[in-house]
Amino acid sequence: MHVHPSERRWIWIAVLLVGAMIVLVGYTAVVMNVHPPSNVEAIDSTRLHLTPEFAEDNLGVKRESEGAVVARVVMARYMVHPQEITLPADTPILLRAASADVLHGLHVPGTNIGTQVVPGYVAQVRTRIDFDAVAKVGVANDDGSITVPIYCNEYCGLGHQSMWGRVTVTRK
Amino acid sequence: MSAVLPPSEIRRPDRLALTHLWVGFALFGVATLLGLYQLLERHGVVRPSAAGYYGSMTLHGVVMAFVLTTFFIVGFGFFVTATSLQRPIRWPRLAWLGFTTMLAGTVIAALAIATGRATVLYTFYPPMIAHWSFYVGAALLLVGSLPWTVTTIAMTVRWKRENPGRPIPLPQFGMTCCAILWSWTLVGVVVEVVALLLPVSLGLVQTIDVGLARVLFAWTLHPIVYFWLIPAYVALYSIVPKAAGGYLFSDEMGRVVFVMLLVFSLPVGLHHIFVDPEQAAGWKLMHAFGTFLVALPTLLTGFTVAASLETAGRLRGGRGLFGWIRALPWREPVVVGGILAALMLLPGGFGGLINASYAMNTMVHNTMWIPAHFHLIFGGSVVIVYFASAYYLWPKLTGRRLHSRGMATAQLWLWFAGILVLTIPWHITGLLWMPRRTAYSPYDPQIVARWRPYTGAMIAGGVILVLSGVMFLANLFLTHRNRAAETERAMEYAETVEPVVTVPGLLNGFAVWNWLLLVLMVIAFAYPIGQFFFIDVHKALAWGPR
Repeated sequence: MHVHPSERRWIWIAVLLVGAMIVLVGYTAVVMNVHPPSNVEAIDSTRLHLTPEFAEDNLGVKRESEGAVVARVVMARYMVHPQEITLPADTPILLRAASADVLHGLHVPGTNIGTQVVPGYVAQVRTRIDFDAVAKVGVANDDGSITVPIYCNEYCGLGHQSMWGRVTVTRK
Repeated sequence: MSAVLPPSEIRRPDRLALTHLWVGFALFGVATLLGLYQLLERHGVVRPSAAGYYGSMTLHGVVMAFVLTTFFIVGFGFFVTATSLQRPIRWPRLAWLGFTTMLAGTVIAALAIATGRATVLYTFYPPMIAHWSFYVGAALLLVGSLPWTVTTIAMTVRWKRENPGRPIPLPQFGMTCCAILWSWTLVGVVVEVVALLLPVSLGLVQTIDVGLARVLFAWTLHPIVYFWLIPAYVALYSIVPKAAGGYLFSDEMGRVVFVMLLVFSLPVGLHHIFVDPEQAAGWKLMHAFGTFLVALPTLLTGFTVAASLETAGRLRGGRGLFGWIRALPWREPVVVGGILAALMLLPGGFGGLINASYAMNTMVHNTMWIPAHFHLIFGGSVVIVYFASAYYLWPKLTGRRLHSRGMATAQLWLWFAGILVLTIPWHITGLLWMPRRTAYSPYDPQIVARWRPYTGAMIAGGVILVLSGVMFLANLFLTHRNRAAETERAMEYAETVEPVVTVPGLLNGFAVWNWLLLVLMVIAFAYPIGQFFFIDVHKALAWGPR
């Protein structure tokens, strides 16, 4: 096989470039423990309202153990339940979401909160909200808090665009 | 007066190719108009209509991603196979049967979409279920491409047997990789449609395993992009250097690239569902690493294409470090198309690396960044090579001179400009968290206000693209009516700088690569698919789009 010297140099550059990307992403994943939401946990989406966790009176934000804040959300055509939640900035947050019907997505601008919400599974995101990042994209309120939308970002039917709520972020 | 074909090419499948290409391009024209309608509807220029927007988007996606591509590739593929191996297509009746099946499938699916019974987007998205005729149409379109797959592979096998030790001509080597890739690719979506979606849509079962359906679709969703891309690369390797008046820089590197595309693009599909809850992090990370490897063949292609064009520029008298660029034939449509494709591949590939970056994907997932990425790399790079190839092939297929070369190059530049004017604002608004695929933006006005400055450019981009699309179709149509006959009807492919005498067996056959693929696919998908049969899956009820 015949490889031109300049071609050989370019192959090395290409391999190093791709190798660097792999090392970089591998490092953030394995050493820094940064992963996309990947919580394989099954749930019966047709009976969400009968489970203790996703019954209506258990939705919304709760401070559970030592300082950790848990937010539970149900996505159903075409509403985010509950419509408005309040989350503290710079605090460990566990968000758990489930779909009552079809495929949905959940995204909060200015934060790392983004996941698909697939019927049959509990989607889970662990994060901290950076107040300044949210302040850059959100709506400032009189009390100093910031409001950003929490919207469905996966086509879920003809009312998809109307499926959104609000997250108000308070300073810690 | 119709031009006479050289005797060796008398049984060339010109009509077969032309018919496939015209169906693909005609429907492309319709889908381009739909794209503009979506822009106008979404940004409030025309009356808001969710049914109109999502229905239009479904048809736009199905036509661009499945119809334009499949018809182009099958038509182009038959022509390349016959002309590079210099023998007629085996089983021409089977080829026409495939065409009829694809056309029937397209019409059936399009009717289901146009009547509002299949507003599920081209990505299907169960448990939303369309009318059964949509899935039947989609299945016929896919199955109708199989005669091409079988013919391409069979003709390569026979040619190899009759020409022991000789290298398969590079264009046919590429198209054979494409056919093999397509066979592997189809497995995921065909199993999804036949085993999961059709039974639910027919009412035979009431529930569907959404996780399984999503992984099967992800199986298909990455390699399908390379099914679209390989024919464009065949044109870049084997047509563009010749048309520019130069030589292909390296035949072997072309083979390495085609094999890499085949092997690397299949076991990486989970990157489409990085933020899904039904797959564990480790499997996603493995597919992320694999996805980066797919950048290799494209980086190598960039080098080979540039080096081949440099041979052309220097032969045409270009001197100095960059002088050869000016000496290139900038009035030759297929060369201009090839160069513009390579230019768009650069930022498009960079965006792709960001999407592939595992956890970082969460930031851009389902924002405008995603359609920006694939409109740049598919609508830009790939489709512009389809245009450029059509300009090159039309005179050979019809025997008529191209209606206007000036209009052709202007059209390609316009397409390039339109894609940039459309996708640069899309990338920016994506980073500003604008979601993709919403019929309008009912969020708090302060949030929407951040996206608004970019809407003018988006609509301008859409208008430029429609204009360019019309120019393309008009040029092809008028070529048929051109009185001037084309004298250069013989199809010749680029020679290499140094003649190819022998190539290593590994780069002249596919058995080893298929076995390797089998192993990689088992590693990549056995657990991610198998898990649904032993974890406690709760299937989802079927829903309509309303």
